Amino acid sequence: MSQLLRIRDLKIEGRSDETWVPIINGVDLDLDRGQVLGLIGESGAGKSTIGLAAMGFVRDGIRISNGTVEFDGTDLVKASASQKRALLGKRIAYVAQSAAASFNPAHKLIDQHIEAPTQHNVQNRKDSIEDGIDLYRRLRLPDPDQIGFRYPHQVSGGQLQRAMTAMAMSCRPDLIIFDEPTTALDVTTQIEVLAAIRKIVDDFGTAAIYITHDLAVVAQMADKIKVLLKGNEVEEAETHQMLSHPKEEYTKSLWAVRGFERPAKPAVQTSATPVIRVDHVTAAYGDVKVLHDVSFDMHEGRTVAVVGESGSGKSTAARCITGLLPPLSGQILLDGARLAPSYKTRDKMQLRQVQMIYQMADTALNPRKTIGEIIGRPVQFYMGLSGTELRRRIEDLLAEIELEPSQFIDRLPSELSGGQKQRIGIARALAAEPKFIICDEVTSALDQLVAEGILKLLAKLQDELKLTYMFITHDLATVKAIADEVVVMKDGEVVEHGPKADMFTPPHHPYTDLLLSSVPEMDPDWLTNLLAERGVDNIGDAAVDKM
Amino acid sequence: MQRLLLGLVTLVVVSIIIFTAVNLLPGDFAQAILGQGATEEAIAGIREQLGLNQSPVTRYFQWLSGVLQGDLGVPLSQAMMQSFSGASTGGNVITVAEQIGPRLSNTLFLAGVSAAIAVPLSITLGVLTALYRNTAFDKAMNISTLSAISSPEFFLAYILILFLAVLNPIFPSLSNIFPGMEFSERLNKTMLPALTLTLAVTAQMMRMTRAALINLLAAPYIEMARLKGLSPMRVIVKHALPNAMAPIITVVALNLAYLVTGVVVVEVVFVYPGIGQLFVDSVKTRDIPVVQACCLIFAAVYILLNLTADILSILSNPRLRHPK
Repeated sequence: MSQLLRIRDLKIEGRSDETWVPIINGVDLDLDRGQVLGLIGESGAGKSTIGLAAMGFVRDGIRISNGTVEFDGTDLVKASASQKRALLGKRIAYVAQSAAASFNPAHKLIDQHIEAPTQHNVQNRKDSIEDGIDLYRRLRLPDPDQIGFRYPHQVSGGQLQRAMTAMAMSCRPDLIIFDEPTTALDVTTQIEVLAAIRKIVDDFGTAAIYITHDLAVVAQMADKIKVLLKGNEVEEAETHQMLSHPKEEYTKSLWAVRGFERPAKPAVQTSATPVIRVDHVTAAYGDVKVLHDVSFDMHEGRTVAVVGESGSGKSTAARCITGLLPPLSGQILLDGARLAPSYKTRDKMQLRQVQMIYQMADTALNPRKTIGEIIGRPVQFYMGLSGTELRRRIEDLLAEIELEPSQFIDRLPSELSGGQKQRIGIARALAAEPKFIICDEVTSALDQLVAEGILKLLAKLQDELKLTYMFITHDLATVKAIADEVVVMKDGEVVEHGPKADMFTPPHHPYTDLLLSSVPEMDPDWLTNLLAERGVDNIGDAAVDKM
Repeated sequence: MQRLLLGLVTLVVVSIIIFTAVNLLPGDFAQAILGQGATEEAIAGIREQLGLNQSPVTRYFQWLSGVLQGDLGVPLSQAMMQSFSGASTGGNVITVAEQIGPRLSNTLFLAGVSAAIAVPLSITLGVLTALYRNTAFDKAMNISTLSAISSPEFFLAYILILFLAVLNPIFPSLSNIFPGMEFSERLNKTMLPALTLTLAVTAQMMRMTRAALINLLAAPYIEMARLKGLSPMRVIVKHALPNAMAPIITVVALNLAYLVTGVVVVEVVFVYPGIGQLFVDSVKTRDIPVVQACCLIFAAVYILLNLTADILSILSNPRLRHPK
């Protein structure tokens, strides 16, 4: 095989205030024609930056300070803008993380699809439309003849991601950069997109760089894997080799994260009053019903994981419990007593007992308040503390979430890392001294090592404070790690409900089974085996629709 | 539909405000027409004749019901003449509508010519400054349009007269247009006031276009367009502009409304017989029906243009145009 891409001693810097700070510290990369390289690492490792640099592209405020990026003999670092434009889209294409954000909302899919071939004079309009429809068919998009004539907002996330892969293929490029293409998708949708990407890369012998933080995903896609840490290469090896015999400590720690699991707790006594009982709740947004007669209990000191795909009603159930969305019928009981449907008519005592931790710690913390003020506000509001008492309580809370009080109390959220911000979110919930905390996808925006730390912290706090958690997630690995009981939701209904052990041992409800079997495993042959076992028509949304 | 109703409600509220404000003006028509030396009886007599001594609420509803029937009333000056010269000349009375009609169409013509120059110019400049952002061209355009908007309009008007009428006699400095004039001559005479207005409104529209476009340049779909190897011009025009339409349309509508309602100074400088001049004259003579009618027309123009802008913004959004 001949070499397609050759990166040598690549150094990239980003502007921070008035100085240039290194982001990538001299990385080498080699890729042959038709080969797929997996780039993995945590956020801030520089994966996307390297992926874009392989296209000779850097985002605003970033520059390539050293090194060469030779694509088929052309050094993209030295090439002029018009030389690069002649290659981009035509011979090197890009598939972005969020297809929903990366398709232009103002144009139909097919018009965006044919833009590269027509602008680069590869094909005329008519031929490239026909070719686009053919690619949609190959990628198993529903209604391939018509789907391209829709606008992006009329098409689901998983379909958009496949349409974007088709778009990248429109000029039959030699190289495609896949930048976390399935990170934002549900597991059942992800598997479909993975199968589609692998098929098309095989069909056309396209080389690819596959960027992800999910080891199990990269194991399915890549011929070889390169691990990055803070802009440095940790190691690179052929996929089987890397999975079975990682050399470096850091790689081993990444591999080990998936091992965390809490010991099981004894079963709940049937006579016990649940902390929260969701009792035949039906709820709607406007005329659209999103919850149908949902009932489940959550007992003291236990974690109930509510699992399901986007749109299954998990978050809506949480909104009903907090009183943000008064249900149409049914009720919420706290310690056996009925809670008012709307938070507006609940008293302070009741409000205090139910707290929330959000998915995006970034947006859930007021950027202009210091950590002390953010945590102090609920302490003042619910506990009525002030002065030194307030200060002492804030320090206790910070100590509880394992952050050094003197270092953090006067800082702003922007000065904290993602994991630290999420810890502040936890402290803010604890400040009200609640019985019950709703954790809404609290780890899904975090790297695996950081997420593991958060899960361990939540487990520790639960043991100390007898907290009850409702843990909303779509990640079954998290469920395995932390849950005592599991509620599986689909289309606004509870399809399965029981202790974790039952959930992870067959027989399951077919939907639970589908969810479980769609979670990628570290075995590089997992996807191949699954496809062989189930067939392409029995994975993902197609399988969900059959239920 | 809801917006339309809301627009109507706004218009009614505005009519009340107009009526109250106009009635708060110091002095009255009788005083103004008879001068300082008028006796109390004479003033009272005229007030009686013109119905000025009825309660404001009664007069408001009289006026409103007239307006709803398309009758804007009779200018007080005309009503005076009528009452002095007896009923025989009653047929020759010019109503407010007849007085305002030709003036309004003149003003609309001026606004139309200005808009035809200013809107394409500012959007083109907005696109170009976004494309060549932070270059000398961008800075030069920003400085010049900002200087234009920062200078008083009469100053701009005199500068234009100096350069385009006195030093280089291209356009006439007086815009005394009249009915029955040839279109080309009319256009020629309207050019200088139109250019003055263009200078006054371009900056805002251009800068909004530029800002709305630059705002979008960090969007993932713009990055995607660039990674497809498209030319910078195509990225801006084809990918950024359609998504920037809503703010641009809004600012264009506001400026178009200004072209109709903010023309007083320009009309005075160029002696252009538009509604602005009429408005100022009527305020001077306390000719309340005319003032009220002008205000109402200005308000209606604002509301109508904003309504149009809202509708166009909705139409420019594919999410609303093509529901799921």
